[in-house]
Amino acid sequence: MTTTSANVGTGLAAMGKKVVLIDTDIGLRNLDVVMGLENRIVYNLVDVIEGKCRVKQALIKDKRHQSLYLMPSAQTRDKTAVTPHQMIKVISQLREHFEYVILDCPAGIEQGFQNAIAGADRALVVTTPEVSAIRDADRIVGLLEAREFKQIDLIINRLRYDMVKRGEMMTASDVVDILSIPLIGIVPDDENVVISTNQGEPLVGNHTMAGRAYQNICERVLGREIPFIDFEKTVSFWTRVTGIFHKN
Amino acid sequence: MKLRNFFRKKSSREIAKDRLKILLISDRVNCSPEMMEMIKTDIAKVISKYMKIDAQSMEIQIAKTGSRDRGKLPSLYANIPILDLTESRNSPTSSM
Repeated sequence: MTTTSANVGTGLAAMGKKVVLIDTDIGLRNLDVVMGLENRIVYNLVDVIEGKCRVKQALIKDKRHQSLYLMPSAQTRDKTAVTPHQMIKVISQLREHFEYVILDCPAGIEQGFQNAIAGADRALVVTTPEVSAIRDADRIVGLLEAREFKQIDLIINRLRYDMVKRGEMMTASDVVDILSIPLIGIVPDDENVVISTNQGEPLVGNHTMAGRAYQNICERVLGREIPFIDFEKTVSFWTRVTGIFHKN
Repeated sequence: MKLRNFFRKKSSREIAKDRLKILLISDRVNCSPEMMEMIKTDIAKVISKYMKIDAQSMEIQIAKTGSRDRGKLPSLYANIPILDLTESRNSPTSSM
């Protein structure tokens, strides 16, 4: 999920948008590491909320993109350090200066999640094509719908096309069918994601499968109609073939 | 024949999909299995007043309606095998 935030944020900034990424996972900071900015942190989100610094002081400028900033989370505090109300206040300040405020949301549906969604109006729900992850995603979507989010889109992460072909993994359309929310991207399981995290450089926009997938997600976030990458065709063809067999 | 059985075998993908569909319906309606069992017993009781049914093999299920609206309007489906329909008209009159 952090990888998704980092890549979507970086991709949008690369397309000229003013973007700020906020790591809302208090106590388990990691967006800074994925972005390769861990050595530049002075102040963090909790410092801003407690009035120890101004919003601008806690913003770290990205290494590569002029219009991209990161607000890191606090590593040594716990999630009770922030309330939803305080979060809304920080976000509304950032909205004045940025076109996209991306909140990297912690796992779970507790305080951290409540804080993260308090000031948001749009969500990208990330799931893998596994039973447990999809069940959790469905619960998240239910909570977001109850909050009347304007838009909730689905990202299917770590899809393995080899397993899909063997009938050992749900297809993207299976997942969409079950969750019934619009699909905004499919990210294949790609070892390059690990490599990019090792290096602290998001791979959006490069030639790798995941890099292309994230690029397409960014385009779709901006409202552009981008067809899903070729291997999706192979999948739907295969679904049809197996479908014939099972009718007998 | 063997070949046919081979193709009939459910893939883990299908098992996952089937399990999720059922799981998410009960997650979404927030209805416990105990409550489903109580609904089932009550339905059986009511229907039994009018006709002889096979309460053992009846099934009830909450499913999504045809609309793709994230199941905002789930419906309750009951599959109740009727053993004897003729008895239905007799019992209320006989009690009169």
